[in-house]
Amino acid sequence: MRRLDASVPVWGLATLTLVLLMGLPLVWLVTLSVSGEHGVSLQHYVAAVRDLPLRRALWNTLVMAFWTGVVSVAIGAPLAWLTARTDLPGRRLLRALVMASFVTPPFLGAVAWVMLAGPNAGALNKLWRAVTGADTPAVNIFTMTGLVFVVALYTFPYVYVMIGNTLELIASDVEDAAAMLGAGRFTVARTVTLPLVAPAILSGYIVSVLQALALFGSPAILALPAGFHTLTTQVWGMFHYPPRVEMAAAVAMPLLVTTALLLTLQRRLLGRRGYVAVGGKGGARRRIPLGAWRYPAVVFCLLVVASAVFLPYGILAKAAFSRAWAQPLTWDNLTLRHWTFTFFEYSATQSAIVNTLELGVLTASVGAALAALLAYIARRRAVVGHQLVGFLALSPIAIPGVVLAVALFIAYTRPPLILYGTLWILFVAYVTKEMPVGYAQSDATFRAIPAELEEAGRILGAGRLRVLGEITAPLARSGVIAAWCFIFIGVIRELSASIILFTPDTKVMSVVIFDLKEEGQFGAIAVLGLFMIAMTLVVVVAMERVFGRDFMGGRE
Amino acid sequence: MKVVTLLLLAVLTAASPAAAQDARVDAARKEGKLVWYTSLALPSAEKVAKLFEARYSGIKVEVHRTGSQRILQRVMQELQANIKNVDVIHTSDAGHYVLLKDKKLLLKYTPAGADRFPPGFKDKDGYYYGLRATVNVIAYNTKVVPAAEAPKTWKDLLAPKWKGKLVTAHPGYSGVIATHVLALSHLLGWDYFKALGQQSVMIVQSAVDPSGVVASGERPVAVDGGDYTFYQSKKAGNPVEIVYPKEGVPLVVSPTAIAAFSSRPNAAKLFTDFTFTKDVQQVLADSEGLYTGHPDVTYPADKPKLGDLKLLSVDAEELEKRSEEIKRRFVEFFGA
Repeated sequence: MRRLDASVPVWGLATLTLVLLMGLPLVWLVTLSVSGEHGVSLQHYVAAVRDLPLRRALWNTLVMAFWTGVVSVAIGAPLAWLTARTDLPGRRLLRALVMASFVTPPFLGAVAWVMLAGPNAGALNKLWRAVTGADTPAVNIFTMTGLVFVVALYTFPYVYVMIGNTLELIASDVEDAAAMLGAGRFTVARTVTLPLVAPAILSGYIVSVLQALALFGSPAILALPAGFHTLTTQVWGMFHYPPRVEMAAAVAMPLLVTTALLLTLQRRLLGRRGYVAVGGKGGARRRIPLGAWRYPAVVFCLLVVASAVFLPYGILAKAAFSRAWAQPLTWDNLTLRHWTFTFFEYSATQSAIVNTLELGVLTASVGAALAALLAYIARRRAVVGHQLVGFLALSPIAIPGVVLAVALFIAYTRPPLILYGTLWILFVAYVTKEMPVGYAQSDATFRAIPAELEEAGRILGAGRLRVLGEITAPLARSGVIAAWCFIFIGVIRELSASIILFTPDTKVMSVVIFDLKEEGQFGAIAVLGLFMIAMTLVVVVAMERVFGRDFMGGRE
Repeated sequence: MKVVTLLLLAVLTAASPAAAQDARVDAARKEGKLVWYTSLALPSAEKVAKLFEARYSGIKVEVHRTGSQRILQRVMQELQANIKNVDVIHTSDAGHYVLLKDKKLLLKYTPAGADRFPPGFKDKDGYYYGLRATVNVIAYNTKVVPAAEAPKTWKDLLAPKWKGKLVTAHPGYSGVIATHVLALSHLLGWDYFKALGQQSVMIVQSAVDPSGVVASGERPVAVDGGDYTFYQSKKAGNPVEIVYPKEGVPLVVSPTAIAAFSSRPNAAKLFTDFTFTKDVQQVLADSEGLYTGHPDVTYPADKPKLGDLKLLSVDAEELEKRSEEIKRRFVEFFGA
């Protein structure tokens, strides 16, 4: 049965692309981290371990990432279950609002929360003082708790989507079986549904943790003013003149190892069990009536979407139209100045918008296609070393964007391929960086498509590529569209690699916003941020309309 | 007779500086644009660029505004990749120009009229000139802090009552602040910063930002920042008052220079000359509240004269040499 298959070159090419894409920065990273003045040396590791501020930053990073994961699951899992499996009122709206939170770049959320919960000028604290007459602020966003809160607000949608997509695939008949045997509805949820979504929860947790580990913008905006660092802000500082790139590479290695361990752990915990109960066949999905529980459920959802969407966008809208964002919105304070400045006077705006759009569409298209192909290869064990495919595709999540950027910077500022100074280096960075998300989404998609459908096709004599095209692709279509949207949004949100790799001609919107933040130009940030979100929504909604699928996992 | 006059006029015109100027402008127009890496506050920088574009149609100014230290990083990082993008480099860290000059990255060029500027605005070798100046000050929010209780001196900021009320910008971002830290370390010693670091100071990046933080009331008192940023904020109607401490105020002269590797040298020279004209220097003084080295510029009546202030200057060479130390100590004292 081992005849030559036309699909082999396709698998080979995709795998080779992956190896080059992921391998090159990894090799550079390792090489640089052990390079001394006289050949191989561990001096950078020694220096990093001895550096007290770095050890503190590492600890802060781990604390932040751990809790971000916990909070993200605590928010995302119930929300996903409520949307997918219960008769919660306003489910469609809820899903749309979670999507709004998902497309919000974390750094934009962080800026908004500075205006909301800064201890003195923050709108919520002012309200708190006015209402209670208290002297002290209710919340201080410039703390570790504040940081975790804001990061989780924009990370939980990962969990939400992963669990939501899985829940959509669990047929109600397994749950019905349990119910017929006399289990109450919450017992069903706990003993049947929960174990079935456990892999998605764990994956969601891991993705949240890894997102938080690599995050740069939010710590730069919320931690630095409070006088504490995370690893990414420290690493970023190492690229200021005179650069200490080797040290940065050494500091990145523990993160890489942590990720490898987390992924191995995930595999150990989930790998051997079969989850085909989450299958393509099967019957209808019925909704669980919430009864009186609907009230606390609605309050919980409202709190989440208010924190992630209503309040931040409210304060951004206010800042966009007021001379002084911290003052009440009176006629005197009203102005269009920020809009005219941002679009007509600030010369960086227009080219940044064009660059961002170009990169977003290009990266999403190439990235989604590649991710789908790779996930398929790994799932169906199409090449030798398919186990490595998954690891490689997921590995960039362990490399903080800044470090990835420097590896790429070094790799692509010298022959044979000089990409620095062009949009292509950002493209390569984005494809690499977004691969884990695209891959995870595609992997979940293929996991849910039982191999027997394809086997049926093969038995009837179709080649692998034909099976892929005629059976797998239609089944996977919505998953691939979802991956496209994920990647597109990821590119729009991207800051940490862009901040190293841009040149003035290749600035993207996130970099422009970060520049503005460092100068404290809240009005212009608000204008550009609102525009950015509107742009993202238009593109994502257009994709949905064209391909007929709500990428956040709805089927209504 | 008339003909002779006309002829004479024609000859005179042809040989006049105006004609030479025209040739320069034409050469600059052929280059079409110039790239300006600048640490001048964004709205001010865009204003200067728009003035230039209005004066010389067909030559676009690409403004790339960020902090002084980021600009140096960008220039060096791009050079390492052999990208020659920048034409005019303007930061607030005079030390940068010592470094860039040593590395032979600056074009020797004296902007028209800059020879009349005071010595503190001129490089002795003629590579860079001070485009503008500011002094670092204390500022406070008048809604939160009554004038009588406001800090009057740098050392007043160390009083326990200011704990958690202060904001500083960062020398790792801003040349204005790097200069400030060095100048005050001479005057008050590092112990001053060590003690200040114990005050739970909020840390922002740009020397422009403390003015925004104080205006919003997030922190009522700024321990540094260019006086022009507070001046603008005050003019815009914010409840901000400026204190010029009697112990002395660090003077920051922000140089500008043309990159030796500039691929648009004519546009770069034209633009540099333009920024040193009395008109532009007067704009910097009037609407931005900056000080300049131009001897003919007049200042708003509500700004103190530089001559009336006790100025603390730093040596550019020392600033260059101790740049790392300044940043390291700041991070040690303030945490980030």
